[in-house]
Amino acid sequence: MDLFGDPNVWLPFTFAALMGVSILIYVVLDGFDLGVGLLMPLSEDDEKDRLVASIGPFWDANETWLVLAIGLLLVAFPVAHGVILTALYLPVAVMLVGLILRGVSFEFRAKAPITQKPFWNAAFFTGSLMASMSQGFMLGMYVMGLTWTLPHVIFAMLTAVFLTVGYSCIGAAWLIAKTDGRLQEKAVGWTKGGIWGLLLGIAAISLATPYVSPRIFDKWFGFPELLYLAPLPILSAGLLAFLWWKLKRLPMEGDRFAWTPFAAIMGLFTLSFGGMAYSFYPYVVPEKLTIYEAASAPESLIIILAGTVFVLPAILAYTALSYVIFRGKATELRYD
Amino acid sequence: MDTLLLSRIQFGANISFHILFPTITIALGWVLLFFKLRFNATGEHKWMEAYLFWVKVFALSFAMGVVSGITMSFQFGTNWPGFMEAVGNIAGPLLAYEVLTAFFLEAVFLGIMLFGARKVPNWLHTTATFLVAFGTTMSAFWILVLNSWMHTPAGYELRDGVAYATDWWAIIFNPSMPYRQAHMLLASGLTVAFLIAGISALRLLWGDRKESVKSTMRFGVILGAVLIPIQIFAGDMHGLNTLEHQPQKVAAMEGNWETQGNVPLLLFAIPDEEARENRMEIGVPNGASLILKHKADGVVPGLNDFVAEDGTPLHPPVAPVFWSFRIMVGTGMAMLALSWAGAYMLRRRGAEHMPKLMLFAFSGMAFSGWLATLAGWYTTEIGRQPWLVQGVLTTKQAVADVPAPMVLSTLIIYLVVYAALIFAYMGTVTYLAWKASRGEPLSTRKYPRSGEAEVAAIPGE
Ligand code: HDD
Ligand code: HEM
Ligand code: HEM
Repeated sequence: MDLFGDPNVWLPFTFAALMGVSILIYVVLDGFDLGVGLLMPLSEDDEKDRLVASIGPFWDANETWLVLAIGLLLVAFPVAHGVILTALYLPVAVMLVGLILRGVSFEFRAKAPITQKPFWNAAFFTGSLMASMSQGFMLGMYVMGLTWTLPHVIFAMLTAVFLTVGYSCIGAAWLIAKTDGRLQEKAVGWTKGGIWGLLLGIAAISLATPYVSPRIFDKWFGFPELLYLAPLPILSAGLLAFLWWKLKRLPMEGDRFAWTPFAAIMGLFTLSFGGMAYSFYPYVVPEKLTIYEAASAPESLIIILAGTVFVLPAILAYTALSYVIFRGKATELRYD
Repeated sequence: MDTLLLSRIQFGANISFHILFPTITIALGWVLLFFKLRFNATGEHKWMEAYLFWVKVFALSFAMGVVSGITMSFQFGTNWPGFMEAVGNIAGPLLAYEVLTAFFLEAVFLGIMLFGARKVPNWLHTTATFLVAFGTTMSAFWILVLNSWMHTPAGYELRDGVAYATDWWAIIFNPSMPYRQAHMLLASGLTVAFLIAGISALRLLWGDRKESVKSTMRFGVILGAVLIPIQIFAGDMHGLNTLEHQPQKVAAMEGNWETQGNVPLLLFAIPDEEARENRMEIGVPNGASLILKHKADGVVPGLNDFVAEDGTPLHPPVAPVFWSFRIMVGTGMAMLALSWAGAYMLRRRGAEHMPKLMLFAFSGMAFSGWLATLAGWYTTEIGRQPWLVQGVLTTKQAVADVPAPMVLSTLIIYLVVYAALIFAYMGTVTYLAWKASRGEPLSTRKYPRSGEAEVAAIPGE
């Protein structure tokens, strides 16, 4: 394949793909953590420990995918990294403070004096909210080409709300799988309540993307491109319909199909992400900088790739191990 | 204030907050493994108790380390885009290896180590504990490689102001790397030794006479007493290495203005950069020459050698480097005195009958490792200014073009959050100790001895 001929071509492409995959994994995995955090105020006091227990063993590793994604952006596309992060300076700071609050309240709520627990529960929710909102905001700004004009900011605020609702939806779907009894029934309701966020979010971005960029417009509505893209909306509609249909029936006897809402939403996230990747390729800074222009020196990328090829399968393997060890319904978190 | 100064303060604040927690987790991970292995080997309940108490402190510190670390990984892009543009080809792979070989390892196995004790066989739990300790040490390794390279760059060439790697071996084993690794790992060990001794002393003062408390008291004091002489030696070696590669930094540390022999070791002075001299000097004659050159008339470099033709200084700001160095060394000396006196008392009277005054001293020094570590880093990092990467890139060249008010507002938010969290952290660690000394049982479970563990190891649902 001549793709592998010129390292200035296939290396940036490979790294863009790796980065995309880590962002997607992050959004799905930390999405459900953050979503569970968002559901805190909706749950009763005695259910909150259960909520936290369902993500206890996972959240740290989930968050590490963000570090990997930002690390790959940093190492593979240093110029783009600077441009994107300075443009998003403020929302990034909000997100970081949110992630700090979320991560530490997780520990403090269990360890500080019991009288402080409501405070740390509130901090857990606030942190999750700040992180989700700012991520949604950044998504919107990115789609709008990273320029700060009033309409763009308004659009980004909308995507902030949609992504937040979307996260709470995948968080609730996770809870359907990880809990039982009354809490599980509630989680089914929460998932239903969150679908509109997914729907509007996907719709908003799908409408805005081609509208902002004539290049993307042609990529979508030209012929035969239209045909390549057609499966995306069709599959997404199918998944949404399935989700709605399943949620009307859950929870089922013997806990069957408790995993399907989570899987369906995961599918939706993946499809939307695929759509975005297709649209923005080959740009890393929308309409300004392509991955080929922004890439680091091939000799450095090769060094990283060599390590990645060995280490990534190991990471995936022990991540899988931890999901196997902590499979089943969430139980109380204990150190002994 | 301008963006550059604010960005520096912000970066300094963020990394200072971050380093506090890895300093604890790096060594505490190994200490937990030690407690666990002692328990596996002896079956004595006190080791399990020690493990179960300190694992809580570990979990809390780890969470603080992770969230502040995430802030760090964004800081390069938000505040120092010029850094990655200029040296990204070298810093990039090092950071990437840190994520790949360390972060995922510790993050995944942390879950198993903390919450998996009832779900996995004992050997797997011990292995997870080992991998977490190993992972934290690997993080420290990679990041210190990068930091050392910024002080003593090697194995690269510059093309149009951008650094390209020519020799990865030379980059990783750059001249200051071994010294910095050793000194930092020892610092982490000392921080944990004094934390454990301090908290155990507090519990003894509260009248907690459990075997586990006496054992951890002994453990902390002895670990401190063993590590501190090694640390002083390593620090001296580190200083000699710096003398070779960054003489202007050593000149600032010593507060020495003229290159000359018979330089005194200053115990106190107020360096005045305007007048380019010290006021109110108190020093040990020939001390600095003796330490740095091992001769009374050894020639020590002076700051006046590092001034440009037009009078702009090419050396770091003197007072902060001078003072933070003294705080670190002073803390080290206090550690030496206390831990040896403590070890002596342990031999004479045992942990149970330590003098009250000594227990007070240990509790007071519980967080002394933090002080020395921060002071040490300030010496190193401020001592490198005005360079960001010594001789390659100045700090000014790397700063982002972000409006100053934006940097200021985020800085204030960070500072407020950090101050509150440090307060909450220290309070919660103390509270955990108080609760434990009130005799609340840490575990309701009966532990199998390691040999018998396999039987009980069916994953419990
Ligand atoms: C518990 C912590 C601790 C203690 C007790 C000491 N140090 Fe230290 N020191 C550090 C923790 C530290 C550190 C935080 O780990 C630093 C910052 C960067 C580094 O590599 O180590 C450091 C840096 C540092 C440097 C700067 C190296 C450079 O130029 O980059 C020197 C010369 C020393 N140390 C020397 C000493 C001496 C002579 C000590 C004798 C008492 C001493 N340190 C005690
Ligand atoms: C090992 C990883 C580290 C890296 C890669 C690193 C990198 C940097 C960078 C990019 C700067 C330039 C910004 C500036 O001038 O403020 C800097 C300065 C600084 N760093 Fe570090 N640093 C590291 C460790 C630390 C630690 C652990 C501390 C403190 C505990 C620290 C304290 C400082 C301070 C106080 C400055 C400000 C110096 C000044 O501006 O006068 N650094 N470092
Ligand atoms: C600019 C420099 C730095 C960056 C960008 C950085 C980044 C990070 C990140 C992202 C994490 C979280 C990893 C996770 O998700 O598990 C982390 C944790 C850690 N860092 Fe740093 N770090 C820096 C400086 C340092 C320094 C100076 C040290 C120590 C010498 C250090 C040692 C560690 C360790 C041991 C951990 C894991 C343990 C813990 O989280 O407490 N880092 N760092």
